[in-house]
Amino acid sequence: MKAKVHVTLKNGVLDPQGKAVQHSLAGLGFAGVNDVRQGKFIELDLDETDAAKARATVEAMCEKLLANTVIENYSVDIAEG
Amino acid sequence: MPTNMKAAVIVFPGSNCDRDMKVALEAVTGTDVIMHWHRDADLPDVDLIAVPGGFSYGDYLRAGAMAANSPVMRTVVERANKGVPVLGVCNGFQVLTEAGLLPGALMRNAGLKFVCRDVWLKVENTETPFTRDYAKDQVVRIPVAHHDGNYFADDETLNRLEGEGRVAFRYCDPAGAANDDANPNGSRHNIAGIVNEAGNVLGMMPHPERLADAALGGTDGKPMFDGLVAALH
Repeated sequence: MKAKVHVTLKNGVLDPQGKAVQHSLAGLGFAGVNDVRQGKFIELDLDETDAAKARATVEAMCEKLLANTVIENYSVDIAEG
Repeated sequence: MPTNMKAAVIVFPGSNCDRDMKVALEAVTGTDVIMHWHRDADLPDVDLIAVPGGFSYGDYLRAGAMAANSPVMRTVVERANKGVPVLGVCNGFQVLTEAGLLPGALMRNAGLKFVCRDVWLKVENTETPFTRDYAKDQVVRIPVAHHDGNYFADDETLNRLEGEGRVAFRYCDPAGAANDDANPNGSRHNIAGIVNEAGNVLGMMPHPERLADAALGGTDGKPMFDGLVAALH
């Protein structure tokens, strides 16, 4: 079973890297980009076969290590199969 | 003059200011500093624990995140909670926030560049074992060398830190004014260093150990180590 984790900066936390990407895109002629927020994507391959248990475990991983909840939010997708 | 003050420097893979810290400490304590590899068994009883600068675990995931979850840090947290002074410099500050000993987080510098130069700091709190040999509002010159030194905490946390006088050092201009121009990394409230509630844990991005000997071009970092010896000897 695979888990996909997105870690993003919380709203209200300035994202200087996202801002730099936004400026570069504008410089390349891509108009109309109102905002860019940069984050992380983490994919985990798990032994667990129970989706609910897998989600609970991955959320614990996020709280403990994968995200810094002072500045970051996370979301977990469990892919069946 | 030799003292009986015992200090340990925690060494992680990727630490690179650990020897500077050892040299600065030994210069004032006159006693060998324990270099404690993060995987070594029990951390000896010491009077001071230093978490040095560097790039522990290559800054993987987030600066300090891996080191903060290493077994030795569980011991450091226990000791800190018992009142043992803990000094975290640069990557050490990042490790202490990730370990939950200090509030907030160190983010990518607002200017996105690695900043390596001397900065001016205003000493805001002299009631800690780390800062007792400085004068209140003294302006000192200390180097920074970091890519992730942009201190962030939410408004509530900042208000608490300010209200409790827990900002130890603030980036300022040579006259002591903490303004945007003097802020090298975008830190909220120009915060360069903070202490925990009990005052026995200090985290700071600038490197006092790099200017603690006249041969290195300055001694503005030395009062921190002199103060620690006076407080702990």
